Amino acid sequence: MTATATSRWGLRVLGLGYVFLLLLLPLGLIFYKTFEHGIAPPLDAITSPDGLHALKLTLITVAIAVPLNTVFGIGCALLLVRHKWRFNFLVDAVINLPFAISPIVIGLSLFLLYGTDGWFGPTFAEAGIKILFSVPGMVLACIFVSLPFVVRETVPVLQEIGTEQEQAASTLGANAWQTFWRVTLPAIRWGVAYGVVLTTARVLGEFGAVSIVSGSISGQTQTLPLFVAKQYENFNLPGAFGASVLLALLALTTLLAMNLLKRKEDA
Amino acid sequence: MEAGTLTRSRAPRGAPRGARVRLPGVGAGLGRGMVVLYLSIIVLLPLAALTDQSLSLGLSHFWDQVTQPQAIKSLKLTLVASLIVVLINGFFGTILAWLLVRDEFPGKSIVNAVIDLPFALPTIVASLILIQLWGDKSPFGVHIALTQAAVVVALLFVTLPFVVRAVQPLLMEMDQEMEEAAASLGAGGFTIFRRIIFPNLLPGLGAGIALAYARALGEFGSVLLFAGGLPSTMVSSVFIRQQIESGNDTGAAAVSVVLLAASLLCLAVVSLIQRWSSRHERSQVEVGSTIMPFAGGGGV
Repeated sequence: MTATATSRWGLRVLGLGYVFLLLLLPLGLIFYKTFEHGIAPPLDAITSPDGLHALKLTLITVAIAVPLNTVFGIGCALLLVRHKWRFNFLVDAVINLPFAISPIVIGLSLFLLYGTDGWFGPTFAEAGIKILFSVPGMVLACIFVSLPFVVRETVPVLQEIGTEQEQAASTLGANAWQTFWRVTLPAIRWGVAYGVVLTTARVLGEFGAVSIVSGSISGQTQTLPLFVAKQYENFNLPGAFGASVLLALLALTTLLAMNLLKRKEDA
Repeated sequence: MEAGTLTRSRAPRGAPRGARVRLPGVGAGLGRGMVVLYLSIIVLLPLAALTDQSLSLGLSHFWDQVTQPQAIKSLKLTLVASLIVVLINGFFGTILAWLLVRDEFPGKSIVNAVIDLPFALPTIVASLILIQLWGDKSPFGVHIALTQAAVVVALLFVTLPFVVRAVQPLLMEMDQEMEEAAASLGAGGFTIFRRIIFPNLLPGLGAGIALAYARALGEFGSVLLFAGGLPSTMVSSVFIRQQIESGNDTGAAAVSVVLLAASLLCLAVVSLIQRWSSRHERSQVEVGSTIMPFAGGGGV
């Protein structure tokens, strides 16, 4: 019995020590370092014109990428689960790709596709639409990296609820839209919401892919993560920390939302 | 009669034939077309353009780009550092999953929530903070910034959740009767772990490690500031960025294609493990849908 107790304590020290060193210590240090000299320096950095612009641009990418991937995710999950198709396995495999591909590779792919010598570059250039080094390219990068989350979270929930209620609804005369809004969507809402939270977190923090397609021009094509890197490179640590704390707070909100939603989903 | 009942009870839970639930708004055919179009525009066309560019100057040029000394050096560092990282996190991840499922201690729910921090925290913020913690201004006097150790620490941070979250559900669903039986037959704690718990966790551990490896191979943000771009600390993603900046698009694309192939291999391993475990262990532990709660659960 004492041997078990000793090994239990050993495992606790090992596991919790690891979490403390690797996760909690860095998290605590962000807040300490940021407010070391009061609240003014980080606040000044975020409310500088470039900082505010970065915040605005980050919110714009979220506002476009998240709804698109949510609608796509729900529709795609419905197709995958409810409609047998020979090539469903291929669709499924492609959806998983963004999980495994390096953000830098994603950025470079878009850069090459829409660049001056790329397949689409000249066409868009003639039409006067700027994709690279502007918002559309950054949004495309964000959509790419955050594509799988809603699908992946919705598919298992759809599989679990089965089709009995949907069939009952349509037997009672509901059309496809009514069935979706009144029966299917309420049943899968927490799964979808969980996917949306993960999508948002990913878009907010995306750095690698966006850094390639945006050119990271201050006050023009800088999202908050790019702003952090630029401030650090310019030796403006308070600026880098101010924006970092904002992102860290958003990350903590994400964690909180994930936990609440998981609990709702399990209930 | 009996056979008939048996077959019916085994029938899959999906829609029975003839009673299909229709997708609202659009038919399945049009819906499929839209899904394929979306995936093509967002994912497939860019990757095709990348592959095309990497081969635009011929296969031998592709080979030259991939085998130039710094490219090889970065690839080696990436592959080896990632391997070290997933092994360490495989070890600690299993311990953490065990603590979260089988142990009780104050603050457990906080630890459980904090495990996902690396998924939520932007990688560039992680890099910035790691450099403060383990750089030349380290409060502990440990200076590893701009060394290969920094690559390992950054990757440990970003890949920590994978193994924990892949092993945790398997442990939760595991039948404790087997362990009790083993204990009553005189097996010690370590024997029980080695002979009973570990084999049951293996599919989750394997999938978690493969996904973590894929993530580590491509990681960029967290490594960038902390490990820097010195020749000795340059991972492949940083090398690719450097090639883009120096105008060598074809070289960048060639190394990217190699990295892409390695990622695809990891995904293939994950899907093989998933298929294997759902075939062999459905009766004992339901692995299929929970094997990767974060990245790829509920395969179709």
